[in-house]
Amino acid sequence: MALDRKIAIVNLTTGQIDIKPITLEMRKQFLGGRGMAAYLLYKNSKPGCDPLSPDNAVIFSAGILSGMPASATSRTDVMTKNPLTGLLGSGNFGGFFAAELHYAGFENICVVGKASKPVYLFVNDGEVKIMDAKNLWGKSVTEAQWAVREELGDRDVMCAVSGPAGEKLVRYANTMTGIKNANGRGGGGCTMGSKNLKMVAARGTMDIKIAHPREALEFDKRFIEQITSAKVNQTMGTLGTPFIWGATNSWGGIRTNNFQYNQLLYCDEIEPENIDEWSKESMGSEYNMAACFGCQVHCRAKYKIPDTPLARKWGLVGKYDEGPEYTSQGAFCGEPGCTHLDTLLMGNHLVDQYGVDNLEIGSLISWAMELYEAGILTSKDTDGLDLRFGNDDAVIAMIHHVCKRDTWLGNVLAEGGIRASETIGKDSFKYLIHMKGMSNLHSDERATPALALNLALASRGSDHLRSRPAIDLYHLPVDVMRRIYSSPVPYEGPLSSDHTEYIGKPWQVVWHENCYMAVDCLGICKYHTTFLGATLPNFEDWAKVLYFNTGLEMSPKDIWDVSERANMVERLFNLREGMKKDDPYKGEVLAERYFEEPCRRGAPDVIGKKIDREKFVEMRGLFYKYKGLDENGVPTAESLKKYGLENLDKEPSRV
Amino acid sequence: MQQPKVLMINHEKCTGCRRCELVCSIFHEGVANPSKARIKVEKWEWEGLYIPMSCRQCVDAPCMNVCPVKAISRDEADARVSVDQDLCIGCRSCVAVCPFGAMNFNKTERKVYKCDLCDGDPQCVRFCDMKAVDFVDPTKEALSKKRDAAQKIADAKKVATELLASQL
Repeated sequence: MALDRKIAIVNLTTGQIDIKPITLEMRKQFLGGRGMAAYLLYKNSKPGCDPLSPDNAVIFSAGILSGMPASATSRTDVMTKNPLTGLLGSGNFGGFFAAELHYAGFENICVVGKASKPVYLFVNDGEVKIMDAKNLWGKSVTEAQWAVREELGDRDVMCAVSGPAGEKLVRYANTMTGIKNANGRGGGGCTMGSKNLKMVAARGTMDIKIAHPREALEFDKRFIEQITSAKVNQTMGTLGTPFIWGATNSWGGIRTNNFQYNQLLYCDEIEPENIDEWSKESMGSEYNMAACFGCQVHCRAKYKIPDTPLARKWGLVGKYDEGPEYTSQGAFCGEPGCTHLDTLLMGNHLVDQYGVDNLEIGSLISWAMELYEAGILTSKDTDGLDLRFGNDDAVIAMIHHVCKRDTWLGNVLAEGGIRASETIGKDSFKYLIHMKGMSNLHSDERATPALALNLALASRGSDHLRSRPAIDLYHLPVDVMRRIYSSPVPYEGPLSSDHTEYIGKPWQVVWHENCYMAVDCLGICKYHTTFLGATLPNFEDWAKVLYFNTGLEMSPKDIWDVSERANMVERLFNLREGMKKDDPYKGEVLAERYFEEPCRRGAPDVIGKKIDREKFVEMRGLFYKYKGLDENGVPTAESLKKYGLENLDKEPSRV
Repeated sequence: MQQPKVLMINHEKCTGCRRCELVCSIFHEGVANPSKARIKVEKWEWEGLYIPMSCRQCVDAPCMNVCPVKAISRDEADARVSVDQDLCIGCRSCVAVCPFGAMNFNKTERKVYKCDLCDGDPQCVRFCDMKAVDFVDPTKEALSKKRDAAQKIADAKKVATELLASQL
């Protein structure tokens, strides 16, 4: 049957591997993917542990629908206690790994302990083996993947791999799969490095029996049409995520020069159409986009790095890669104030090869640039590097230095913003744009309170994929919004079509938080949800797609409850690990500059905007209320009971 | 007379998503399992090159010619080469001779299986938005390719004429 995939709990210290079934009761409680990962992390990591110690766990979790014909379902959640923040660390990548893990008979791989020498896990047709990774250690993300395929003599092996940055314990090193699919946030790659775990390699030929195969195919056909007929996905399928750049930047929503401005000027070279043109030029005019498993949105562009003086200097001319994503545009152009295409393409390629979070590294380099211009860092600290905004060469140099930890500043930034600010001292913390210790995406939320609230409340820290009510910007009529936000649970409170308003936004953040948790559990990509368009699939559709594929009968409300429960487990984890509501380091607050510095550029509805502190606190309070939390953001005894979590600490693992 | 349609693969359109493999296995076996699909996307990920591979329903089919028990036959009407499962002895001679690797072996049944064009409605085609796999009349396809190639020559000719004119 479709639900017979298993959990492997691997202890790298002892070499013990426990393979356990997933009970139907657990399925109904957490579905799979991020929900199961949250539960497994809570039960398998030691409370209060050092994230880099063997007591931390790292969980690779495929969605419940991964490998099935339900549109883009090959999403893997990699979860761990984040080495950067000490709170929840979680990221989600597409590609082909989740499907292959399912075909290999597994849904979750939970790794604890620490191997005495470099190892990798080989998951193959119902078995998990710990293998020697001597020949893989030190290799870049793609080199390691091609090497393991050669070693195992199988081109179809799919890997979740930690790159050289993970080996060097850069605290925001991520897990990668394929050329560029990154579990960007959460430090999974760093935890893997601390465990001497290079990768999880999966290969499977086991059947997933589809509950209602013909109906599943027919429903899927309609489901795909619903997804691909949305204009937003058609654009995504030709320009990739950079398509958002043009609109956001001209509007004034791109954080520039580390938050000093909110629009990147003279940046035609990195506009999506120009990237597309370069892709065609470097890949041939007939070039096509690349897709994840079974996905018809295919949002990844392909390119080769152009022959420019900078690319020649760094020996990267002609290197193939995919993307660059919107996040890379911000990380290597918007934030450090660079406007050249080669910088963007090289930066994107380097983080893919080192296996490091592009958002975090780009933000921290930009932060260091502001410190340099403010005189807090001097050229002595930068080893002579001229760390001014707009210095393309310095950005590329710093990516190398951070990932290799081979200069003083590179080493300091590899520890993350808060630790670095303690080392650098002076006023440096004031310039750091972070939430819960994680750097922010390059977008500027001062004119969109709903998106700002999501940043502060996201369980993994500053975030744009935990609950981003991005359709706020479409100015949908209130009755359309009410139709979306009153299903599958009724909502009669206020709503506002104005993105600069504070009214009704807490509920939007609650709703989207559950919406994104649901797809993270199912394993579906967020581009196939209301994230980007009101006509895209929703709870109603997921209940059907779940039924046809797995036979599991769950109502839209049941799926909503799974989301509530899983979100609550993530919150309980954070509370257990020391999250406090108003703590400037680990709390549910915005960086001070959101409240104090108004936007200086952009459209008239953006200029002069900043977040109103009182209204923000009010929104947060309402969010807590809607979620069944007390005034400190702690789940009440009643809500814990409602979701069956009252004994989470005390009871033995249900797995 | 209209030619029977054939499965035509245009790898330049392929995005490498492998949905064709997935729907093929579900349609034929009721299970999601690309290793049981009749079509397979071969990938060179480090170059961004993806090529779907499937049965070409050859006119002079090596699999048919080599089969010692005449289990493989060709239907001229729908241009399909098919395996009679009752006659197949699982010797895998066809697997050995197929130049495209289109013949697969079912380990449980111990018989070979291949693309049967889903009885005229190939699911790989139905689910490929990009039309990297298409089900077309070969004569028409050849004609349209001729036209595309001619168009390129015509365009080149125009450019050359303009260039000459500008130099005069």
